[in-house]
Amino acid sequence: MRSTKLFLSAFVVSTMISAGANAATTFVYCSEGSPEGFDSALYTAGTTFDASSRNIYNRLVEFEPGTTNTIPGLAETWSVSDDGLEYTFNLRDGVQFHTTDYFTPTRNLNADDVVFSFKRQLDKEHPWNQYTAGTSWEYFNAMSMPDLLKDIVKIDDSTVKFVLNRPEAPMIANLGMDFASILSKEYADQLEAAGNKEDLNQKPIGTGPFKFQDYQKDAVIRYQAHEPYWRGKAAIENLIFAITPDASVRQQRLAAGECQFNPYPNPADLDAIRADANLKLPEQEGLNVGYLAYNTKVAPFDDPKVRKALNMAINKQAILDAVFQGAGKAAKNPIPPTIWSYNDAIQDDPYDPAAAKQMLADAGVSDLKMKIWAMPVQRPYNPNARRMAELIQADFKEVGVDVEIVSYEWGEYLKRSKDLDRDGAVLLGWTGDNGDPDNFLAVLLGCDAVGGSNRAQWCNEEFDALVQKAKIVSDPAERTKLYEEAQEVFKREAPWATIAHSVVFKAMNNNVEGFKIDPFGGHAFHGVDLKQ
Amino acid sequence: MLFYYFKRFGVLIPTFLGVTVASFAFIRLLPGDPVLLMAGERGLTPERHAELLKQFGFDRPLWEQYLDYFLGIFQGDLGNSLVTKKPVLDEFFTLFPATLELSLCAIIFAMAFGISAGVVAAVKRGTWFDQSLMGTALIGYSMPIFWWGLLLIILFSGTLHWTPVSGRISLIYFFPQVTGFMLIDSLLSGQKGAFSSALSHLILPTIVLGTIPLAVIARQTRSAMLEVLGEDYVRTARAKGLPPRRVVGLHALRNALIPVITTIGLQVGVLLAGAILTETIFSWPGIGKWMVDSIFRRDYPSVQGGLLLIALIVMIVNLIVDLLYGLVNPKIRHTGG
Repeated sequence: MRSTKLFLSAFVVSTMISAGANAATTFVYCSEGSPEGFDSALYTAGTTFDASSRNIYNRLVEFEPGTTNTIPGLAETWSVSDDGLEYTFNLRDGVQFHTTDYFTPTRNLNADDVVFSFKRQLDKEHPWNQYTAGTSWEYFNAMSMPDLLKDIVKIDDSTVKFVLNRPEAPMIANLGMDFASILSKEYADQLEAAGNKEDLNQKPIGTGPFKFQDYQKDAVIRYQAHEPYWRGKAAIENLIFAITPDASVRQQRLAAGECQFNPYPNPADLDAIRADANLKLPEQEGLNVGYLAYNTKVAPFDDPKVRKALNMAINKQAILDAVFQGAGKAAKNPIPPTIWSYNDAIQDDPYDPAAAKQMLADAGVSDLKMKIWAMPVQRPYNPNARRMAELIQADFKEVGVDVEIVSYEWGEYLKRSKDLDRDGAVLLGWTGDNGDPDNFLAVLLGCDAVGGSNRAQWCNEEFDALVQKAKIVSDPAERTKLYEEAQEVFKREAPWATIAHSVVFKAMNNNVEGFKIDPFGGHAFHGVDLKQ
Repeated sequence: MLFYYFKRFGVLIPTFLGVTVASFAFIRLLPGDPVLLMAGERGLTPERHAELLKQFGFDRPLWEQYLDYFLGIFQGDLGNSLVTKKPVLDEFFTLFPATLELSLCAIIFAMAFGISAGVVAAVKRGTWFDQSLMGTALIGYSMPIFWWGLLLIILFSGTLHWTPVSGRISLIYFFPQVTGFMLIDSLLSGQKGAFSSALSHLILPTIVLGTIPLAVIARQTRSAMLEVLGEDYVRTARAKGLPPRRVVGLHALRNALIPVITTIGLQVGVLLAGAILTETIFSWPGIGKWMVDSIFRRDYPSVQGGLLLIALIVMIVNLIVDLLYGLVNPKIRHTGG
């Protein structure tokens, strides 16, 4: 026993000594899963974006760290034509692609790279459109880019023009998204000539702060700082993603110093993290909303008074306590507070079962029986839909409404909940893509989305007119006003019960400096340093 | 003898066919459409849905899809993962060495401690030692792997700091994978401390994965030993005045081990099932975790290919055990099993 203990202690000591020697420049991030690949345009998962677009690539337009505001990225400036149909981008000079053991660039970033990065997604005949088995460009499609983009034209080496089919104010925000990352055309040409096209997704080359070094599947990803990065070399020399899927184990690794950052701590571990003098736990509201969508096409839920009454019967605080365990904030609007144009002047419906009961009676509703759909999966905006449904069931019983809880397999749930004649109210939610209010209000509540992502099947002319107008107006102040008004209409008409926005916690070692919580849920490490 | 081997190989053909059908059907019987799951809350239009089903070939009749899969097997083509877009066979064999290394360590651990514990318990039958050993084995057998793994991590890594929390080797070591076996690769790398780091990372997952087989082997060894110890030839050996150690170690144990070998063979399936949880807890990059991820994502090619390969491995190991059994026990090969 004694010798075993000595033997084991020797490992630990040797490991700690060597770790100490490297600690100055090495940052270990305990990531929650494996990336699907490294070409971010092929995927939609945040885990993949963390490992690819957020650290390896840049976009024409980027989001200011910690906010949803757009700032210049690889495009230094841009202009929009008067009719809103042409966006002209002037590229930054002297931007270098990564030099690795598998690629040495001979030129800097130019318009060809931008055209290549988008054309491969837009043009079905493009030689890179189907470069790997089952390529589907899901995010590009989900953001309706094929309908929106008419063409992408190279004007000269440092100027690119995007031609649109219709004006679309959120276009700039779309270009800040992960699918819009800029890849090297020179590298793609080299791979094509060598017959190794798949390597574009396995051995990435970008312009971002970190260059890819190695990936051992499901275990570890290694990156090195890109010396000539145009925003300045990252303070972290070696960035390591230690893939650790179990949340409790991630926490143990963080506490043991095996990594410096745990992106998704368990709610149950939060108190222990706060109590640990070596750790810190910044928090921020997530860019999401969890809601209960009534089917506004089916009586009596077609009556706003009934919906309003039911909303007043829901005890949100009880849900926040039981379901979110302190990691949630009550939602009053359909967009989260981190998005510009959030209307903070709006008052939430008060929790008042007695008044709710009276309102239902006034609306002529008695002995109401309804279904509530509970999602079978855990999502950031709803960590336990079954529990949430049970709490709402109890709340509704107080006002004389009988609730039956139903659920389906996730794919089926998503599909059936779109049905126009769906029986029941659906628990669901949304995580923002580009920080534009349009991405919530038009996508989830617009008339075009009825029978699709508009689960309330709610088409309100006044609301829709405001949201459609905001799509084509490019002045941010005017857009803000329109969205604020739209939120008032939403509150009055109550197609949903807005339940909560999750609160995001990031557990990290005290010596981690400069990390800003990304409202989009991403983890980018340029600007992060380890205090000595 | 030859007939016995032929018969054993012959059984493999219908089993293999059954496995191809089962692995193909299993993932398709689960509710859930891979394309819808891929789209998530964002959803997709019915046209886009149909387009993607067509692109992945899921719009074709099931028998056609099966035939494709079946014929692909003989060309070494199990299709490409819907998620990573890489060939399933490559994915599997990239990860398999990690699972094999862990499973081998776990089975060696389970055999070493399980057989010794079983023999001692049988020799000291009825004593407090026997009862506590068998009681512990029962607890070991009933232990939920997830809980057991976390408990060991919290105790040995979190509190005592004796072992690393998870992973296969300390992140400071970086060398190319040659064999995929970390113990061998770390030695080949020539980096100081790499081998001991790899070994220290193996300790807890080996114990966790080996616990259930250990308990089973211990109980099986004990009962086999008890049976053998009551045999006439053992009594004769004792009457001849052979030392007890020789009687137990040479005469009794050799014969008692025959059913134990079968048990060990059957543990391969248990190990692969246990690997799913063990790999998740210890961030061990093996096929167990990969299979679970693939099932959740309804990655049809990965699940059907992975299941087929795992079933093949279990079949081959069981065949080897059967053949060994035939070698060890002449009665079986003469009667034709």
